Amino acid sequence: MKITTQMVDYISQLSRLSLPEEEKQTMTAQLERIVDYMDVLNQLDTMGIEPMSHVFPVKNVLREDVVEPSFDRADLLANAPVPDEEAFLTPKSVE
Amino acid sequence: MELRALTALELGAAIQKGEVSVAEATQAALDAIGEQDGTLNSFITVTGERALERAERLQKGVKDAASPLYGVPMALKDNICTKGVKTSCASKILGDFKPPYDATVVEKLAAAGAVSLGKLNMDEFAMGSTSETSYYGPTRNPWDLDRAPGGSSGGAAAAVAAGLGWYAIGSDTGGSIRQPAAYCGITGMKPTYGTVSRYGLIAYASSLDQMGPLCRDAADCAAVLDVLQGRDRRDSTSLEGDYGHLLASLTGDMRGMRIGIPSECFADGLDDEVRRSVLAVADVLKRRGAQLVELSFPVMEYVVPTYYIIAAAEASSNLSRFDGVKYGWRAEGYEDLTDLYHRTRTQGFGLEVKRRILLGTFVLSAGYYDAYYKKALQVKAVIKNAFDQAFTCCDMLLTPVSPTTAPRIGESLSDPLNMYLGDIYTVSVNLAGLPGLSMPCGFDSKGLPIGAQLIGPHFGEGRLLNAAHAFQRDTDYHKRTPKGGKRA
Repeated sequence: MKITTQMVDYISQLSRLSLPEEEKQTMTAQLERIVDYMDVLNQLDTMGIEPMSHVFPVKNVLREDVVEPSFDRADLLANAPVPDEEAFLTPKSVE
Repeated sequence: MELRALTALELGAAIQKGEVSVAEATQAALDAIGEQDGTLNSFITVTGERALERAERLQKGVKDAASPLYGVPMALKDNICTKGVKTSCASKILGDFKPPYDATVVEKLAAAGAVSLGKLNMDEFAMGSTSETSYYGPTRNPWDLDRAPGGSSGGAAAAVAAGLGWYAIGSDTGGSIRQPAAYCGITGMKPTYGTVSRYGLIAYASSLDQMGPLCRDAADCAAVLDVLQGRDRRDSTSLEGDYGHLLASLTGDMRGMRIGIPSECFADGLDDEVRRSVLAVADVLKRRGAQLVELSFPVMEYVVPTYYIIAAAEASSNLSRFDGVKYGWRAEGYEDLTDLYHRTRTQGFGLEVKRRILLGTFVLSAGYYDAYYKKALQVKAVIKNAFDQAFTCCDMLLTPVSPTTAPRIGESLSDPLNMYLGDIYTVSVNLAGLPGLSMPCGFDSKGLPIGAQLIGPHFGEGRLLNAAHAFQRDTDYHKRTPKGGKRA
């Protein structure tokens, strides 16, 4: 399958990545080779086979809703690049 | 006593008998790191002071020790969260992230009396097969400093092989414990999915990720797994089971065990020296009473594409949390929130991580989801079924770990697809959630270690460890040590 730079632009936008021009050219060629190789799966007839997301027959795991202490806010904010005393700070996103 | 020549269990026993103190063992490991890690680069963070303080505290409790690994110094791959200790995933984007909590495995190891020496180098976000994609520079193979130690748990394998610690905890999403263990001549195990809690493991591909030990031999692996395994309410995919008896179950008795040898795993594309050494494992086990069963595993050509579609899809979703807001590094010069995300992620992730995020986003995107992602989930069912079939006529499979021995540094990254193809023998184990063990079984003409893989059915850890234990009673490959690294 042909991968174009337009497709790479589109998935980059979805991924919140902006590749420099040279990187984009290399990436387009590499992705095309990889996706081409993945097309080998089409040789296998999988009609009627249920997609398997988990190898074990897992069920929802439920527990009693018990109040437990959560992490200390100051500890969590300590790792933020730009926090104040009570929040993560970002540029304004809603006008 | 030459402490570094001991296995983890032997060191634990010497500590119990009072022949060596926990602090002496810890200092010996820290000295070895100082002498060798300048060139090996297997550690990202060494927590020497912490380790020595902890060693002093642990010494007081030696008499009450419950675990045979009490007081034994070890280290953790840098994608495992450690409270207050930098956890980087070998990525620029995590900056100096210091987790506010310990992973469940870290809590369990602490309760068993482990001394952590620090955090180990790896491929960025565990994506890679050589440990060259680390933001902190490549790790080198202690058998040959011009070669890669494998990946992604390359720092873990190099450190244990070089004697910088007695065991390490790594993670394995498509072979990331087993392949570096093979390239570095040590024993490593990826346990059954769900038997070790993933709470506190920074996710790459959640349905495939599993943590496990990298050790000098199979008995050490059994002892470490006895500490790690168990259901954890903080990981809802973790499973109930009868855990904690692996070490006690090792007998070396192989009578009646059926070893399956899949012909497709020994076909073209496999190095001749690797083929000979891996097949020789079967002969050793046969002399111990095992039966050999030749069988067919007719899905080998589908395993790599299926794995890379599923792993990349999950990675693209898991790695969306790294956005320069809540933790880690943030780029400068942004104009608005979206621009902040773009700049931080573009500059913060390395090339291989970006490649997998884009590939994953592609296979999940509208118009391609059915053709790639859904198709891969269907083929995953076919692969799981092929294993179920195989285990109707044998108790475990014997395969190579990797088609070759360790590559030269710089050889692999230029051709990503070729690097992915090198994972052909390991990835299917993760897709099916099975246990897989890697052990040294010989050396090639260049003097590099060769690894053999044993694959078992779900919860088959005990029989794999016992087979490896039997093999290691009759061979000494696991006892050979590399010349190691230098100060700088």
